[in-house]
Amino acid sequence: MSKAVKPGYVRPLDLRHGRIEMIHGSGGRAMAQLVNELFVAAFDNDILRQLNDQACFTLSPGRVVMATDSHVVSPLFFPGGDIGCLSVHGTINDLAMSGARPIYLAASFILEEGLALAELKRVVDSMARASREAGVPIVTGDTKVVERGKGDGIFITTTGVGVVPDGIDISGAHARPGDSILVSGTIGDHGVAVMSMRENLGFQTEIASDTAALHELVAHMLAAVPGIHAMRDPTRGGLATTLNEIATQSGVGMLLEESRIPIAPQVEAACEFLGLDPLYVANEGKLIAICPADKAAPLLDAMRAHPLGAAAALIGQVTEDRNCFVQMRTRLGGRRIVDWLTGEQLPRIC
Amino acid sequence: MRYVDEFRDGQLAAGIAAAMAREALPGRQYHFMEFCGGHTHAISRYGLTELLPATVRMIHGPGCPVCVLPIGRVDVAVRLALEKPVTLCTYGDALRVPGSGGMSLLRAKARGADVKMIYSAADALALARADPAREVVFLALGFETTTPATAVVIREAAAAGIGNFSVLCNHVLTPPAMAAILESPTSPPPVDVQRPAGAPPPVLDGFVGPAHVSTVIGTRPYEFVATRHGKPVVIAGFEPLDLLQAVLMLMRQVNTNRAEVENEFVRAVGREGNLKAQALMREIFEVRDSFEWRGLGEIPASALRIRAHYRQYDAEARYATAYRPVPDNKACECGEILRGAKAPQDCAIFGTLCTPDNPIGACMVSSEGACAAHYTYGRFKDITVVSA
Repeated sequence: MSKAVKPGYVRPLDLRHGRIEMIHGSGGRAMAQLVNELFVAAFDNDILRQLNDQACFTLSPGRVVMATDSHVVSPLFFPGGDIGCLSVHGTINDLAMSGARPIYLAASFILEEGLALAELKRVVDSMARASREAGVPIVTGDTKVVERGKGDGIFITTTGVGVVPDGIDISGAHARPGDSILVSGTIGDHGVAVMSMRENLGFQTEIASDTAALHELVAHMLAAVPGIHAMRDPTRGGLATTLNEIATQSGVGMLLEESRIPIAPQVEAACEFLGLDPLYVANEGKLIAICPADKAAPLLDAMRAHPLGAAAALIGQVTEDRNCFVQMRTRLGGRRIVDWLTGEQLPRIC
Repeated sequence: MRYVDEFRDGQLAAGIAAAMAREALPGRQYHFMEFCGGHTHAISRYGLTELLPATVRMIHGPGCPVCVLPIGRVDVAVRLALEKPVTLCTYGDALRVPGSGGMSLLRAKARGADVKMIYSAADALALARADPAREVVFLALGFETTTPATAVVIREAAAAGIGNFSVLCNHVLTPPAMAAILESPTSPPPVDVQRPAGAPPPVLDGFVGPAHVSTVIGTRPYEFVATRHGKPVVIAGFEPLDLLQAVLMLMRQVNTNRAEVENEFVRAVGREGNLKAQALMREIFEVRDSFEWRGLGEIPASALRIRAHYRQYDAEARYATAYRPVPDNKACECGEILRGAKAPQDCAIFGTLCTPDNPIGACMVSSEGACAAHYTYGRFKDITVVSA
């Protein structure tokens, strides 16, 4: 009988002072160690623990939904969240907007050489927490390392699968003239929270990002009103751009009431002095729902009964317009277009 | 939002609108120009034209600083950014202004130039302080509103002996541009499309005067508009109620045959303006003999350059930049539009070739530009919506 070979001593990852090096992406021992000690330890679940290159599972019957979302936010940490929980919420929300119950996530990391392992651990722990809270495990993943200067710390892509319950048929193409337009809460919080952390913008705010997983709110809404026509989370480009997408997809117009759109006073003030329009500022924990007008009241009640929809509001209605214009009745009583975002939102000079 | 919402009150707006409707003289057409891009933006963003009587027409003036920056000046900045080892920084809107061949600072950035967006002149100087080995050039532009801030950083840089900072100065002056509009052969503007053929063009009846510019220069510099040209001016703030009130005041001057400089923006503007800021501007800058304005052409004594004493901080001198005037795209009507002689929708390429995503002319670049404002906020009015 031969003696068991003594395993070589492996120095544990230095999560306090260590940094990402090129060897962490080279496919060797260092990479295996990073995956085991950091990712598998944090995300731990039965499927991931098998350490295969893929996740293998059975889905319950129904239509399967798949979504993917890349996250490149700068700075990595901001009031109310960080790139980690954002990457979990983002994909869960994309799945949920079809009415689906999110089941599993995959996560892919592009790490920049020199990234502090302590920062990476903070991000990974935040992802693990978000995925556990949402009840949607991360079951497979990938890691690559790029040379210093070729990334921005961490880029994360998450992909998710979910299943749509029978009888639910939600699409951006289903808005119909006469439908009501609802939003689940105040807009612009995430974008302003992130902007407040940018180095060249020396302003302080109590605004925190609204990043949140919306699938439970959606389940609650669908239980009250299964016949929701369209749903979408207004992330980049904000409320204005998302409504334009739906209007174009559905071949309809929209008429909004400016006075009914919920905006936190701090967000409004920050946008005012930065020369931005809150309608175009990103959200990460809000959704727009479009439903038949006679279902608007019960849907609004259901949304307000959930903590993530407490400030929900009815903001306008879908109109017949072959030009697909989204228009708004202003607080002053005038009317204007709420157009697609042009380029990046750049501040005006004076 | 306190101190802001008060100036956006829909009920008060309805009250002013009712007064305008009551006081508009039957059969009288009113043509007013809002000089400032800030006013153009406010009119469009709040949908104010719907509150005006049908006989009041607002003509969008040239007061958008990035819109009047000529192609040749954009080219100078782009060449500096691409060919010299510098960090070029400027205000957000200015990054998108197209120069020759559609090349903007944003596009130069995509080709490897080190271009940064800043929020204030102080940020530009901070960039230079943070990296003394790097030459930082600040593309400074704007009317008298932004000029004092540029003056402050030049003086600070000189006092602190900062050697890696310079300013590409394109600051322009408001009163000479107003004079140029009043003296232009195409003024008064034939913008009224309902006018019967052969009828004389309508007369420009007065100006809504600048808001922020006037906080610096006061109301006195506009007095020539009333005394020499017989046109009323009402200085107005940028909030929607300010504007509506100013238009009502202009209508009242017209109705009573007065031509005066009136001040609606009394909470921020006095007759003499900000003397300290004016002194600072005089210390750092001197008036150029002439300057090209996009759309308006050369206007004498209408812009500033850095005085010889601060030559070290003048990027034009430091990099011996050569200015070559470049004509606008032939199809572009920006010049006529900026003078108020045409409306955006009169331009053949408006909304087709020229859109905010792909601006050909300067008026389409900034949301303060007449064309971009109309495209972004008002173009539904050009289209008769036919129910399917």
